Amino acid sequence: MEIMQIVGLGIVAAVLAVTIRHNKPEMAMLLSMATGIILFMLVLGKIGSVIDVLRDLASRANLNMVYLGTILKIVAIAYIADFGAQICRDAGEGAVASKIEFAAKVLILVLAVPIMIAVLQSLLKLVP
Amino acid sequence: MGYDINLIFKIIGIGILVGVAHYVLKNSGKEDYAVIATLGGLGIVLIWVVQLLGGFFDQVRSVFKLF
Repeated sequence: MEIMQIVGLGIVAAVLAVTIRHNKPEMAMLLSMATGIILFMLVLGKIGSVIDVLRDLASRANLNMVYLGTILKIVAIAYIADFGAQICRDAGEGAVASKIEFAAKVLILVLAVPIMIAVLQSLLKLVP
Repeated sequence: MGYDINLIFKIIGIGILVGVAHYVLKNSGKEDYAVIATLGGLGIVLIWVVQLLGGFFDQVRSVFKLF
């Protein structure tokens, strides 16, 4: 039951951050950031086992590994960008958070273009 | 999956210490030392958090097998 550890850690960190936010807001922001990183690391192992299962399924279905790699890259970009944007938004920098999200969208679009091209090419093969 | 809860308590300890030092130095008329103490504490904590963030990114890279 790792959820007990996670909830306990989150509550303790929240109480400590509220304690210190009054006179040192930058320290409270770093504290919440460290808490977020530690919580993310706690569940990263589980994500890894799920990804291993997906990889196994894809290799069993004779899927092209390039596509699975692209999808995993997109998921990683989305996770990390969301993490950074939320930290910036917590610190009151909504503009920086919006730019991080914009950059993540552009990077995901760049990664998705080859898949779109492949879909279009297979469509063109179907049309006589 | 290494994780260190102690980092949170270290950060909060430095925060409280720097807050008290800031208060004492400010009340004894040494404003510039108060600012230096605040900046020093912030730098120490920032170095810890950035190292943690670097380890986190390495871990994400190895889990998602990105290179």
